[in-house]
Amino acid sequence: MLLPATAVPTPRAQRINFLLSMSMSRPPLRVGLFVTCLVDLMRPGIGFAAIRLLEAAGCEVVVPATQTCCGQPAYNSGDRKAAQELALKVVREFAGFEHVVAPSGSCAGMIRAHFAELLADFPVELAQAEKLIASTRELTDFLVNVAGLTSVPGRLEGAVTYHDCCSGLREMGVKTQPRALLAQVPGLELREMTTPEYCCGFGGMFSVKYGEISARIADRKCDDIAATGANAVVLGDLGCMLNIEGRLRRRGDTTTRVLHVAEVLAGTEGT
Amino acid sequence: MQNLTESTGQSATAAGSTFKQRAHIKLHDVKVQRAMKNFNLAGARARAMVELDNLEDIRTDAAGIRDRALADLDVWLERFETEARRRGTHVHWAETHADINRIVLEIAAKASVRKVIKSKSMVSEESHLNAALEANGLKVVETDLGEYIIQLRGETPSHIIAPAIHLNRDDVADLFAEHHKTPRNNDPAVLTMEARKFLREHFLSGDMGISGGNFLIAETGSVYLVTNEGNGRLTTTMPRVHVAITGIEKVVPTLEDVSSVLRVLTRSATGQSISNYVTILTGPKRAGDTDGPDEMHVIIVDAGRSKLLGTDMQEALRCIRCGACMNHCPVYQNIGGHAYGWVYPGPIGSVLTPNYIGLENAIDLPHAATLCNQCGVVCPVKIPLPDLMRKLREKQVDRGLRPWQERFGLRMWAWFAARPGLYGLAAKIAARVGRMAGGSSGLIHKLPGNGWTEERDFPAPSGKTFRELYAARKAGR
Repeated sequence: MLLPATAVPTPRAQRINFLLSMSMSRPPLRVGLFVTCLVDLMRPGIGFAAIRLLEAAGCEVVVPATQTCCGQPAYNSGDRKAAQELALKVVREFAGFEHVVAPSGSCAGMIRAHFAELLADFPVELAQAEKLIASTRELTDFLVNVAGLTSVPGRLEGAVTYHDCCSGLREMGVKTQPRALLAQVPGLELREMTTPEYCCGFGGMFSVKYGEISARIADRKCDDIAATGANAVVLGDLGCMLNIEGRLRRRGDTTTRVLHVAEVLAGTEGT
Repeated sequence: MQNLTESTGQSATAAGSTFKQRAHIKLHDVKVQRAMKNFNLAGARARAMVELDNLEDIRTDAAGIRDRALADLDVWLERFETEARRRGTHVHWAETHADINRIVLEIAAKASVRKVIKSKSMVSEESHLNAALEANGLKVVETDLGEYIIQLRGETPSHIIAPAIHLNRDDVADLFAEHHKTPRNNDPAVLTMEARKFLREHFLSGDMGISGGNFLIAETGSVYLVTNEGNGRLTTTMPRVHVAITGIEKVVPTLEDVSSVLRVLTRSATGQSISNYVTILTGPKRAGDTDGPDEMHVIIVDAGRSKLLGTDMQEALRCIRCGACMNHCPVYQNIGGHAYGWVYPGPIGSVLTPNYIGLENAIDLPHAATLCNQCGVVCPVKIPLPDLMRKLREKQVDRGLRPWQERFGLRMWAWFAARPGLYGLAAKIAARVGRMAGGSSGLIHKLPGNGWTEERDFPAPSGKTFRELYAARKAGR
């Protein structure tokens, strides 16, 4: 504030204030990137796409080198102890950041929606994790609602459809954010599925334990994708990505591309 | 669920097979698949909810009403007993499933009952009441249309409010032609009129009517029934004896409590703003009444419910049996209800069954969900179903009920994940091996011992891990 808080700024002062705020460069947001274990192992390009987008939004991106996994596989398998160990590790690695971002609604949701319950037995660490829990966001949510990114580097000719991943949608409220960003991609046409919010059937270990049921659920998703006539399905989670791609290919669909939203927005898909 | 027969004392449809085997059969049953594809109560719910501009507030209110009743359940149950007895209703307490059957048989013997007609009761499915009555020489006729159909077929309900949802009109046409000895007709309206005609005779000749109870009202000692077909009213008022069977968790303090819950119950269940019939039954026929039973009995059933009180499972007792969780479940929508193996299918079944018949007798159920949380989002009383399933998974691990291979695998993975250096090395190797296995297509077609590749390829990793590439990039800068 250039004027004392008690004074009512004149219209002229308001204009000066506004112009000054525009000219002063904002200090970059410091973001801890939670790469996620699946991106690390399966599709490292998505991690780099996330970095590119965060940097395009003016962020300083830090990637803690010792990170591995958020603990969700153990948590959802009932191995609370292992899940707690890994959650505590995440807290040690990420508690110092103002913002933590993951290119996955599921992993971000694990931290944001479940860490408080999971770490209830560790009051000291839970207190340290308070900010982390509140500030962890899925990538597109962060780009839109925190970083205010309005133009993206990506470019994609053709029609795509967007699959809402369950955790991102129902735990993190990710729905309009990826669509708002995709609308900025030149050449891209978004064609909605009849039920974009319907689960793809992945469910973590569910897909391994009950492969047959999981594949049958994926069929509904594949049919819905096909009905849009889109060349690609875009989504924000690796689990759904591997599941949908795996089922599409087994069904004989070798052309519909399955792309992570970060790759499309960063213009790095297929690299 | 190999031990179903032990825990219920009777044979279940699914005894002797696993959830996975049953699901496999249902996934390859053309008729079931056709029926499940046409099944869309979820759409009906969505249309009905548009009428409410404050759905979330009503859900919160309904959950609160259920929680308040459960918090002082003993008080409301005793109040119900006092008020019901004051109005001439006999109140019985069934601690176990066997007690339900014993009490009904005792009432039947005392009143010289020969024919029993039944309105819908899922609690009576828990105790295999029909079989117990028939074994004692009683004739039992289900009068809910869906229940009537599956009784003729010798099946159990595949849905808690739409018990014959796994069948279509042709199945029913064949069934009626065979049992009623009438010309085959597959028009639902004709089939319904035919059932009506045959059932009417039973309504007139039944000695005892057995119903469930959606709620028990403590302040008035009433049984509250929410139905659509009218058979509920006939069953509870025509025969000499009416027996209502319901769980301890169904008692609520006041009629006012139910009126709020009812707004979301029928909308969640069938998409109706209110059901065709809402019946409040308070005591037997009084002097001067023109109809009603001579005797009214209420059997209040525990059978595992009280064990949930005061535990991390108590929220499951909020359930008002609307079926919305199964209607919206991607697993249920594909395999139907019978695959779940016990009375209650879908997400609520995956929580209730392990609690009621034993965690070790329902090993698969808490895992038979993707945790997509569509059930939790639509539940009218906000039961956090995925959280409850996850807690049951934890209890299985704590009790050593999971297969050792799974436990070992998770332990190994967690051990590595806690050690970044080793984890990075293992990931590096896995990324390369996977890349090679994927070959030129980039797809792995077979992962040994892994359900993933049964009907799906596994996209291969791209070859190098993020951490390697990132380190190289940093070094190159």
